Amino acid sequence: MLRIVNGRVYDPANGVDGEVRDVCIADGRIVADVAPEAGRIDARGMAVMPGGVDMHCHIAGSKVNLARKLQPEDHRDDVLARTAVTRSGVGGTVPSTFTTGYRYAMLGYTTAMEAAVPPIFARHTLEELHDTPIIDKGFYALMGNNVLLFKLLEKGRREEFRNAVAWLLCASKAYTAKLVNPGGDEAWKGRRNANVTQLDEKIESFDLTPRQVIGALIEAVDELGLPHPAHIHCNNLGHSGNFETTLETMRIADGHRAHITHIQFHSYGQVAGKSSSEPTSKAREIADYVNTHPNISADVGQVMFGKATAMTADAPLGYMLSRLTKGKWINADAEHESGCGIVPFTYQDRVYTHALQWAIGLELFLMAKDPWRMVLSTDHPNGGSFMSYPKLIRLLMDREFRKQEMAKINPRALRETALADGLDREYTMSEIAIITRAGPARLLGLARKGHLGVGADADITIYEEQDDKEAMFATARYVIKDGQLIIEDHEIRADHEGRVLHVAPEHDPAIAEVVRAFFEDYYSIRFENYPVDDSYLGKHEQVPTRQQAAAVPTASESSAADH
Amino acid sequence: MSETMILIGGRSSSQGTSLCAGKLGTEYVEVSSTLEMNVEDMARLGLKDNDRVRVRSATGEIVVRCKGRAAKDLPSGLLFIAYGPLSSALMDGDTAGSGMPLSKNIEVQIEPAA
Amino acid sequence: MSANTRVVRNATCTFCGCVCDDMHLTVDDDTHKIVKAENACVLGRAWFKEHGIEQRPQALIEGREASTEEAIEAAARILADARFPMIYGLSDTTCEAQRQAVAIADMIGGNIDTTTSVCHGPSGMAFQAVGESTATLGEIRNRADLVIFWGGNPAESHPRLFTRYSVTAKGMYIPNGKKDRTVVLVDVRRTPSAAVADIFVQVKPRRDFEVLWALRALVKGRHVDPAIDQLTGVPLATLEDLAARMKACRFGALMFGMGLSMTRGRHFNSGALLALASDLNQYTHFVAKPVRGHGNVTGADNVVSWQTGFPFGVNMSRGYPRFSPGEFTTVDVLSRGEADAALIVAADPGSNFPQAAIDHLRRIPVIVLDPKETHTSRLAKVAITTSTYGINVGGTVYRMDDVPITLRPALPSPYPSDESVLKRIRERVGELIGGKRIPAMERIGVAA
Repeated sequence: MLRIVNGRVYDPANGVDGEVRDVCIADGRIVADVAPEAGRIDARGMAVMPGGVDMHCHIAGSKVNLARKLQPEDHRDDVLARTAVTRSGVGGTVPSTFTTGYRYAMLGYTTAMEAAVPPIFARHTLEELHDTPIIDKGFYALMGNNVLLFKLLEKGRREEFRNAVAWLLCASKAYTAKLVNPGGDEAWKGRRNANVTQLDEKIESFDLTPRQVIGALIEAVDELGLPHPAHIHCNNLGHSGNFETTLETMRIADGHRAHITHIQFHSYGQVAGKSSSEPTSKAREIADYVNTHPNISADVGQVMFGKATAMTADAPLGYMLSRLTKGKWINADAEHESGCGIVPFTYQDRVYTHALQWAIGLELFLMAKDPWRMVLSTDHPNGGSFMSYPKLIRLLMDREFRKQEMAKINPRALRETALADGLDREYTMSEIAIITRAGPARLLGLARKGHLGVGADADITIYEEQDDKEAMFATARYVIKDGQLIIEDHEIRADHEGRVLHVAPEHDPAIAEVVRAFFEDYYSIRFENYPVDDSYLGKHEQVPTRQQAAAVPTASESSAADH
Repeated sequence: MSETMILIGGRSSSQGTSLCAGKLGTEYVEVSSTLEMNVEDMARLGLKDNDRVRVRSATGEIVVRCKGRAAKDLPSGLLFIAYGPLSSALMDGDTAGSGMPLSKNIEVQIEPAA
Repeated sequence: MSANTRVVRNATCTFCGCVCDDMHLTVDDDTHKIVKAENACVLGRAWFKEHGIEQRPQALIEGREASTEEAIEAAARILADARFPMIYGLSDTTCEAQRQAVAIADMIGGNIDTTTSVCHGPSGMAFQAVGESTATLGEIRNRADLVIFWGGNPAESHPRLFTRYSVTAKGMYIPNGKKDRTVVLVDVRRTPSAAVADIFVQVKPRRDFEVLWALRALVKGRHVDPAIDQLTGVPLATLEDLAARMKACRFGALMFGMGLSMTRGRHFNSGALLALASDLNQYTHFVAKPVRGHGNVTGADNVVSWQTGFPFGVNMSRGYPRFSPGEFTTVDVLSRGEADAALIVAADPGSNFPQAAIDHLRRIPVIVLDPKETHTSRLAKVAITTSTYGINVGGTVYRMDDVPITLRPALPSPYPSDESVLKRIRERVGELIGGKRIPAMERIGVAA
C-alpha cells in the first residue's frame, strides 16, 4: 500500500491537469484511498504521471538481434555495469535486452510494444521480451506480405482470410496485425529486388494489389474487434512525393480505424519538374487529413540528429539506404511472411534531407489538433534512440530551445517547412502526458493504462519538475510498476517481470486445416511446431477483443483477463 | 623420406555417426585416426592401405593409418582426416587474434612409420 | 523392439544445424530406446539411436562417484573462488540452459564463449564488418535456382540440407526440384557432395579469398588477370562463367562452411563471401548462409547476443560485457594459461582444441556437464551427467537460419537437464558470493 502526496498530478484521461492531489495504490492498482499506515512518497515539487507507453519501437526479436550483433562498435562506448539487482549490458541504438528494460524504466516508461515480428520468429521475440525487465510489452505480427493470406484473399475467400488472421494472432501471441510496405516483398524476393510503388499495381505472382491487401486487413482487424487497429507502415516510405500514397492509404480505411505509423517518413512532397531526389514537406496536408478524420491515428516517427539504426521489414528500403551509406547492410528474408533490412545510419543537421525530416516531424506535432491521435515516437531506433525522447519533449515544450535548434539545421530545409513560419505552439505538460502515455494507451485499447483513475494499473512515474524539460524527463525520480516501487531516487531498487500483452480473437477452428495444407506444401517447418505455446508468455495478460469484453458481465476490469 | 603436404581436417558421415555412440568408443577412434591420402602419393612413399604414417606439424605429431583415394577425389599433396583428438594435436594454439585455430590446410611433414 | 512402444511425432533432431523438426520417433518404453526415427538422415538416426538411457554415475568428483547435489556444491565453490572463471561450449544444449550460463558469467565476472569461436566465429566477425544478405531455409527451397556450396561437404555433414532445404527439394517456384536449379560445389577436393553438383570448382588450398575477390571484381565488371589460374587453380574462364551465372539467376544462395573459416584468412574469407553475396543484389536477389554445425549453436549466438550485445568471446570481469576475439575467445584464454577455472557445457574441447589449450585444462579445476563420457569429462575435476536436449529434455533451439523451434522430448531420463543443473549452480554461487562479486584483490588506484 502506498500513498503519493503533494505531487502535481497530470492525468489527462481523467481531466486532471496539474492539480496537487494524492494518488493511492494497493494490490497493484490505483485505489481511491489507503489506510493511514500505508507507505508514503512525498512528491513535493514533482510531477506525477501514468507510466509512459511506447506504442512503436523495435526492441526484441530476430531483426533486432541481427542489428545488435552488427554493431559491436556501438556497444563498446556505452556499457551498463551489473548491480546487486540488475544484470549488466550494453547500449547504443540497439541495447542488449536487460539494458533496454532498465533504460525505458529509468525514463519513466512502463509499457513498450515491439512493432514488427514475422510469426515464424515470434518465439524469438517472446524470449527476448522475457529478458526485457520491468516493462509490460507485446508485439505486432507482420501480415501485409503473408503469402497464405494473399492466396486466400486473391480467391475472394474473405471468411477464411479473417479466420487465418485470427489464427496467426493466436498462434504467435501477437497484439495486432502489422503491415509494412504491403505487397513489396514478392517483388523484392521474386523479381530481382524490385518493389511496388503504386497501390493499384499487381503484386508479383498474385492477382492482388496493395490497396486490396490494406483494405482487407483493416476490415478483418476491425471485424475481429481487436483493441488496436491494423498498424500500417505505408508503401513508398522515404520517397519524395510519397504523401500521395499516405493519403490514399488513409482513404482506404473509409471510416474503419487504422493506425499510420512513423507518419513523418510518409509526408514528403516533390519539387515539381525535378527528379525524385528532392523531397519537400507535406506535413500540412497529412496533418490536416489526420485532424479531420477521427478514425485515423498516427505516431510521428520523429528523426533526431545523431546515430540511429534503420531496421525495418521494408527490405527494399533497407537496400536503398545501404546504397546511400555504402556501409554494412543486412537483408533477411523470412519465408512467406516478410523481409528485413538493417543499415546503421546517422542523421546530420547539415544534410538537407535529414534536416527536412527533423523539421517535418516537428511540423506534424505542432500542427496536430488532436494529441490523442498524433503520438510520440522516433520509430526507435530508425529515427533515433528512445533515449532521445526527453530532448524531443523539450523541443515540443520549449519554443526558445526549438528556435536554437532550428538555427543549427540546413537553412534551405528549414525554409521548405512551416517551422519558421509561426508554428510557435508549446506543448503543455498535459499534452505531453497525452502523447507519451494517455494517447498511446487509448490507441492500444489498454483500458487500465495511461491514466491514474481508480482501477488503473499502478504504473506511475514521478519526475522532478525542472525548467529544462529534457533534464526533467531524462530520469524519473520514482517509478512504480504494478504497485511495486522499482525506481527510487533515480536508481533501480528492485527487479520486476512485466506482462506480455496479447490478444486471442475468436475464430473458426476449421481454418487450422487450411493453414496446415499450406504449411505442408511450402513451409520449411512443421505446422505442428509453428504455434507458440503458452510457456513462452511468462507473466501475461490476454487483452479482450470488443466481443470478448462485451461478453463479460461486469463493466469493471475483470480479473478473468489477468494472469 | 618425409614430404611436405597439406592436411585438411573435416567432418565425414562415419565420423558423425560414430560420434553419437561416444567419442571414446572404438568406432570413432578408428574413424578419426584414419588418414586419407592420394594413391599416387602413397605409392611414391611406398605405402599401402592401413600402413602406419607419422604426420608432424609445427605444433605436434601423430601416428595414424593411411587409406588411399583416387586422384580425382583427393589431389596429390592433400591429406584428409576426420576431426578428432588426433587431428587437433596438430593445431597451433595461436589464433592470430581471431579465436579460431587453423584446423584446415595445415602444413605437415609425412613419412611412413614403423 | 518390445510391444510397449509409442510414437512421438514432429520431434526435432539437433545433431546438426539443419535442426529438422519432422522426426517421427518410435520409442520403446521397455528398453528406454528410440528404435526408429522416420525422416532422419544417417546422422540423425545415429543421434537418436545412440542417446538412450545409459547407466552412468550421476557425477564424478576427481574420478570418484558422487551425487548430483555434491557435484553442484563442488562446482559452485570452484566458480565462486575463481578469479578468471570461464564458461565454454553451450552449442548442444537448450536456450534455457544457455541463459543460465550467461547469468552465471554475469554474476561471477567470468568469461563466456561458445563453440562458435572455433566454428563460424570468423563469419560472425565478418558479419560485423560487412553485414549479410540472408534468408530462411524455406526461401532457398522455394526460390533458389542457383545454389553454391563453398568449403563444405553437406552430403556428409548435413545430408538433409540437400534433400529437405535446397538441392533436390521442390519449392513454390521450383516445382521440379533439382531440375530447376543449378548446383555448384567449390572445394579443395572432390567430396561426396560433388555428386549433386552440376559444376565442381576445385580451388587450391588457402586460395579461397583470392577466388572470392576475383568473383567480386568480375561481378562488378572489372578486369581480372588470367594469372589467377596459376594462383588459385581456377581458370579465368570458369570464374567468368560463374560470375555470369550468379548475375543471371533469379534467386541465388551461397552456403558456406568451415572450409572458409578454419583456414588461412578466416574472417577475411567469410567476409569476402558475404560481400560477394551482398554485391550481387545490385543485379538479382542473392543470399548467403553460414552452414552451422551443431544443433543449437545458432541459439547460443542469439542468447549471448541479446543478453550481452555480442555473440561470443565475451568477458564480464569489469562488471559489464566486453567483446574481443583473440583475447576472450576460449582457445586463447586457455592457450595463454589465463583462466583459473572452467565450466564446460555440452562441448568437448579436451578432444577438439589445440594441445596448449588442453594442457592448461589439465592444470585448472574443470567442471563438465555432458550426457556422455568424453575426453573433457575425463580430465574434469567435477563431471556431472546431464540429459540430452531434444531427446530427454525440452526447450528452445534455433535452426541455422535463426528459426526458433520448441523441442519435443521423447524419452524421460533419470539425469537432470543442463538447465536445471546450471540454475542450481547459479543459485549456490549467488549464496557463496553474497549476491555480488567481491574480488579478493587490492584495488589498483583507478577511479571508480
